[in-house]
Amino acid sequence: MDNRKRTIIQSVAALIQNADFKGFFTGEIHTGATKGICVPGLNCYSCPGAVGACPLGSLQNSLSAYKFKFPYYVVGMLLFFGTLFGRLICGFFCPFGLLQDLLHKIPFPFKLKKFKADRYLRKLKYVILIVLVIILPICVKLTPFFCKYLCPSGTLSGILLSLGNTGLFKLFGSLFAWKACILGIVVLSAVIIARPFCKYICPLGAIYAPLNKVSLFKLSCDRSKCISCGRCAEVCDMCVDPTEDPNSPECIRCLSCVHECPVKALKAEGIKKKVEKAG
Amino acid sequence: MKRTGTILLLILAVVLMGIGLCSSQFQVVMAKASKVCLECIGIG
Repeated sequence: MDNRKRTIIQSVAALIQNADFKGFFTGEIHTGATKGICVPGLNCYSCPGAVGACPLGSLQNSLSAYKFKFPYYVVGMLLFFGTLFGRLICGFFCPFGLLQDLLHKIPFPFKLKKFKADRYLRKLKYVILIVLVIILPICVKLTPFFCKYLCPSGTLSGILLSLGNTGLFKLFGSLFAWKACILGIVVLSAVIIARPFCKYICPLGAIYAPLNKVSLFKLSCDRSKCISCGRCAEVCDMCVDPTEDPNSPECIRCLSCVHECPVKALKAEGIKKKVEKAG
Repeated sequence: MKRTGTILLLILAVVLMGIGLCSSQFQVVMAKASKVCLECIGIG
């Protein structure tokens, strides 16, 4: 699948997840039964258009509740999405992923693909998942640590909300300044590095990453067809070599490699026919 | 073999969601997500 088609799918997915357009003008968020359904990607439920709940926010709220109960519903939904799609969600259904992809299209004198600390920084998202999303919310009640101190999607939601509700501007203080800095860093680095938030920070990606190996949606490489031209590894923004590990936890299933493979050795299983047609 | 594992995980996911729904966790998620999370947007 080429990038243009993927951008269209990503945009449609982002619009569906933020379909309450009037919220952007009134500065109020959507309320209703759909807010009980977790969306697959990172989309803050405080975003004025959001019609669903952010799975990370919901997970932290459940874990940090006064009376601890195992969050069966949220964990079940995450496992369900992950087992069906793996990180295809990151590549196609995540609104924050779309934002980073669009930012990376902005022309810049140099684009960074790989650097020394990259390998180690990739582990950071697992640390953030364990510490900020699971352990700290369990220990300190009523505090969704990741959402409060790190999540740039929430900051973006705050900015969008305040456009429709100017009264919020007066309430922004040091916490907002800190979060705005993080959002700024993510935005600037996304221009230079492809998907920096997904690579290094996103705990949702860390949840879906190991499920790439077992998900229904999979990539496969036909070794008898592969001519080892290296084109697939060259086009991969996540710096994965699909011929070595087609189901790498780092692969966000953008399918650029499938599209670029000159001998069609790489195949997406599950949507095999559709991919071949698009290619 | 891997497919069996995937199907078992899917069944587990559906069971977990079912338990969550039976214990009103859907309503809890809905109630929380229907209010602006001030901390998430940077107020607090």
